[in-house]
Amino acid sequence: MLAKYRELRAAFDAVAQVGQDPFGVIFDRVVSATEALLGGRRILLLGTNNYLGLTFEESCVAEAVAAIQAEGTGTTGSRIANGSYGGHAMLEARLAKFLKRRRAMVFSTGYQANLGTLAALAGPKDHLLLDADSHASIYDGARLAGAQVTRFRHNDPEDLRRRLRRLASQPGEKLVVTEGIYSMLGDTAPLRDIVEVKREAGAWLMVDEAHSLGVLGEAGRGLAEAEGVEADVDYVVGTFSKSLGAVGGFCASDVEDFDLLRLASRPYMFTASLPPGVVASVSQAIEVMESQPLRRSRLHRNVRHFQGGLVAAGFDLGPSASPIASIRCPDQPTAIRFWNGLLQAGVYVNLAIGSATPEGRPLLRTSICAEHTPEQIELAIAAIRAVGTELGMTGNATLGAAAE
Amino acid sequence: MQQDEIYGQVVSAIGAVVGTTRPITAETNILQDLSLDSVAVMDFIMQIETQFDTIIPLNRIAEIETVGDLVRILSASVQAA
Repeated sequence: MLAKYRELRAAFDAVAQVGQDPFGVIFDRVVSATEALLGGRRILLLGTNNYLGLTFEESCVAEAVAAIQAEGTGTTGSRIANGSYGGHAMLEARLAKFLKRRRAMVFSTGYQANLGTLAALAGPKDHLLLDADSHASIYDGARLAGAQVTRFRHNDPEDLRRRLRRLASQPGEKLVVTEGIYSMLGDTAPLRDIVEVKREAGAWLMVDEAHSLGVLGEAGRGLAEAEGVEADVDYVVGTFSKSLGAVGGFCASDVEDFDLLRLASRPYMFTASLPPGVVASVSQAIEVMESQPLRRSRLHRNVRHFQGGLVAAGFDLGPSASPIASIRCPDQPTAIRFWNGLLQAGVYVNLAIGSATPEGRPLLRTSICAEHTPEQIELAIAAIRAVGTELGMTGNATLGAAAE
Repeated sequence: MQQDEIYGQVVSAIGAVVGTTRPITAETNILQDLSLDSVAVMDFIMQIETQFDTIIPLNRIAEIETVGDLVRILSASVQAA
């Protein structure tokens, strides 16, 4: 049965042969939001999505510990079958308040939030219009929905407009899906233009703010807030596993009868609900995110420092102000050597190859954290410059793609 | 638009993408014979959709293995429009 994956194995072995296996890194221990131990060495984490650095935040840890002691380690069942804990309902109310939405619904992972929302919203007669660079969870949700799926060119509202026009005569609802910040290149969606197209076509709009929650917008509600178009976003999806430092996901909305999704969304119904410790730490993380806006300022200062340093080192940067920046490599062997070189220099980044990357081009993906110190950022810049120079990439490599 | 005409345009579009001088026939397997991965195929189909001003739903892409399959589905969608 596994014979069909033989080619995958060969490709994987080729990657692992160069040095450390990039997809099998096992840290001895993660010691803080920015550091881990690997083979007894201290490694700087530069690929965590831990944007606000809340994984070790004292009050979040304390709330999680207290909740585990009071309510146990797990819920051992789904909310439909086993009932909800008070914390689930409180988290949903707290999240809705933060997002300024009437209702919010939590899922056990961010992946399931997309899967569960899309699969329940769109039926076989409906149309989903997905940005071509959408995350796998959006594609998988579309598949589970069984809807008619149309891709539009990445961040191209005109292309979306053309496709919606083509579909105008077809029956069924149309739901446009975009992301706030795209996870691989860190570019943001042209949301105002997309909203205009969506209005014109009478379509619905869902925005996945997984990487933009806590990062963009005055209050950290994401790209829709930053662009002033929240009223036109019908469904906002997001995750607890990035800025909020835990695991889980959500969908929030003002749409009438939104709660019906609880009875229709299989990825919501047929999975164990979030454990008390996670519910508690996420609830507290929302408090921290709201009451400590300086964390976001620190994050953006760090982003400017890091990306500015890379520009000075000769890497070509796009205009994105996102904490994600990706170094595009000319080919896979170079990307793998770059990744290994950085790890040897004590810096861990994400290696992205194959179908996860736009246009299938290999990337070294970095993400910045509010807790990175200026010294850590200098260390990261120096390491990237040194390894990049060794590989002959400085000066001609492209970082980010927001320019496209 | 006639199927022959669509076939001709698809073949030249493939030629432009894979830059091959290999002969392309209706039996050519898009993934295997043209060394395109699944993402490249999806992007190529998006380009074809634009060129023919039509839509091939993503859920039908699984049916497309050969150039002939693509032309058949494309012809149906162009005629339906």
